[in-house]
Amino acid sequence: MNNSIAKEKIVSLRKKRSLEDMRFKYYGFTAMCLSLAVLVFLLYTIFSKGYTAFQKTIVLLEVDYNQEVLKLTPDSSDEDMEKGKFFRVKKQAIENFFPDLSKSDIKLVKKLFSINVDKEIKDYFLDNPEVINTKQQIWVTAHSDVDQLLKGNSRRDVPEDRRKLNDIQLSYVDQLVEENRVKQVFNNFFFTKADSRHPEIAGVAGSFMGSLFTLFTVFILSFPIAIGASVYLEEFAPKNRITELIEVNISNLAAVPSIVFGLLGLGVLLNVFGLPRSTPLVGGSVLALMTLPTIIIACRASLKAVPPSIKEGALAVGATKTQAVFHHVVPLALPGTLTGTIIGLAQALGETAPLIMIGMIAFIPNIPTGLTEPSAALPVQIYLWVESAERGFQEKSAAAIMVILIFLFMMNAIAVFLRNRFERKW
Amino acid sequence: MKNIIKLIAVLALFGTTSVSARDYISIVGSSTVYPFATLVAEKMASQGMKAPVIESTGSGGGHKLFCAGVGIEHPDITNSSRAQKDKEFKLCQDGGVTDIIEVRVGNDGIAFAYAADYEWKYTNGATMKGGIDLTKEEIWQAMARDNENAPTTWYEIDKRLPKVEISIMAPPPTSGTRDAFDSLVMKKGCVKDMLVADGDCKAYREDGHVIEGGENDELYVEHITKEQGAFGIFGYSFVSNNSDKVKASMINGVEISMEGIQDYSYPIARPLFFYIKKAHIGVIPGLMDYVNEFVSEEATEGYLLDAGLVQLSPADRAAVLDAISNQTNYK
Repeated sequence: MNNSIAKEKIVSLRKKRSLEDMRFKYYGFTAMCLSLAVLVFLLYTIFSKGYTAFQKTIVLLEVDYNQEVLKLTPDSSDEDMEKGKFFRVKKQAIENFFPDLSKSDIKLVKKLFSINVDKEIKDYFLDNPEVINTKQQIWVTAHSDVDQLLKGNSRRDVPEDRRKLNDIQLSYVDQLVEENRVKQVFNNFFFTKADSRHPEIAGVAGSFMGSLFTLFTVFILSFPIAIGASVYLEEFAPKNRITELIEVNISNLAAVPSIVFGLLGLGVLLNVFGLPRSTPLVGGSVLALMTLPTIIIACRASLKAVPPSIKEGALAVGATKTQAVFHHVVPLALPGTLTGTIIGLAQALGETAPLIMIGMIAFIPNIPTGLTEPSAALPVQIYLWVESAERGFQEKSAAAIMVILIFLFMMNAIAVFLRNRFERKW
Repeated sequence: MKNIIKLIAVLALFGTTSVSARDYISIVGSSTVYPFATLVAEKMASQGMKAPVIESTGSGGGHKLFCAGVGIEHPDITNSSRAQKDKEFKLCQDGGVTDIIEVRVGNDGIAFAYAADYEWKYTNGATMKGGIDLTKEEIWQAMARDNENAPTTWYEIDKRLPKVEISIMAPPPTSGTRDAFDSLVMKKGCVKDMLVADGDCKAYREDGHVIEGGENDELYVEHITKEQGAFGIFGYSFVSNNSDKVKASMINGVEISMEGIQDYSYPIARPLFFYIKKAHIGVIPGLMDYVNEFVSEEATEGYLLDAGLVQLSPADRAAVLDAISNQTNYK
């Protein structure tokens, strides 16, 4: 009798416990699903908005490379060719784009083409000088307004005065579509050009290089300092009040808002040391200060993970402390420190606030070639594009977000690879 | 390991070799002038010159940087969506920037706009004839904190307006557009009889009928399309570029237009400027080329006009060209 009651109690208790267990599993699962759903939603909005930016609209244009118009002869030197009157060739080509265009129509047709068309006509000729005195069919870049219309990003069912393209221009575009004189191709400009005020020729190459130079500076500055600091703190420093204070403050520094480092950069690097504004050198230095605590914490953790027996073994056979640390401990901890550094760099890549303070939020139409050349960075580029009034920049900013996400993803992948490949298990 | 350290040391040294002269123009200042300045910069770059670096710091921030001193570490030009204040002029004098050329580049209008597909209707269903038309005083009454009436619908301000709840998204205090809007609308439209004792004309109400947005125009578009009958405050170039999404209200019976902004018959119009540091002319290569490109007819009647920069009247333009060619100090 008693026995069965006790048994019942145990059973019900077990049921309760396993129910609790189930519930907890269920909570965890929902939390994960929820965060996954948010992530998918985020990625979906970005991708659905941005994928069109990887395509550009091009138009077939018949260009007559007449030597009279160009003011060139078939034997002109390369230098003369550079100075050919290509804008006149373009003007002619646009005038003959549709048969029988009036003066005002020509003006309207001209607005269907990108500002870059002059250059494309010129480049085509310089690549193929033998086309002189012939008529060529060239695919040239269309204006962003046409591009956005064909991609369905701007509406055509609204009254004329609320559209960028008027009724006549719309009919031209329709005619082009019908005659297959317009198509969408991969947008190479997005990856090869720097920022531009014309959405159709704006690209991320400039800001990508800027980000790369900035990260390079961050790595150069923060990696050696972080290793030095963490090796000293972990292996050499006496354990007393002062080092304790330093340790606590390193953790505190890791949590300081990034804009504070921007202000520091503005006050010290720009105003005291007079380093040039808007350059990756300054941006990288500021971000290095910002990421240093993160990297130091990661480095110390990986140094701590090396078993003391290895160091002690080295010491036992007569190595000095420095030798033991640098020949044995540091190399073994290197994969972990590199992983920490890469995660720190990834954090620096996405940072905008400190860069605004030191003037990296600037319009720079050239691709930077060095650390001391002014440049933008990817997150700042996104900010600048989102701000722009032209419709074409909306898809561009979403696409730039995709680029930065892929960049981040790759950096994290490298970190995971390094960890898996080189990390030793004891 | 040693090699890596050596490599890093060499690279670090290489990276920090200091820069001597600056061979590009450095420009700071207003975010309203920024889209036009960048177009000019890009035009210069396409002609094979070194492109100027243009930072969007806001008018106030621009003057502060500009006035800090003479020398390559200080900017050459600052853009401004308002005239330089006396306080800033003094700052410049103190900083050693004594010779400044003022260039008025064009005009800009501020639009009080709502969603383009919204129709203003009375409660009986009739649409308002000719769209909505507001006066500065009415806008002030709708927006001011210290208006003792505190209206909740437009009808409470004037009987000819529909019973639509007042909802306005205004730019943040850091914005030059806000500065201009405050002095052109909030100050001028201030109705003294309605002001509470010791009231501030420029303060915006804080009861939810006026909310502050950020610097991003897209946010305003989202707000006014979602909340029907809501207004947002935009620069003219945004409205002209996005006429399928936003429509500007008439102010004092005048529709926003290029001509209206040029001759100031549209009531919320303001001039745009940039300021040149005279000491840098001849030191920074291409500085005057940039200035001349900005005021050239090709720019002002061509690509800048297309981008929404309203031209100066011929008389104003002549004065500006004169000031540039003689390099006269503006003060």
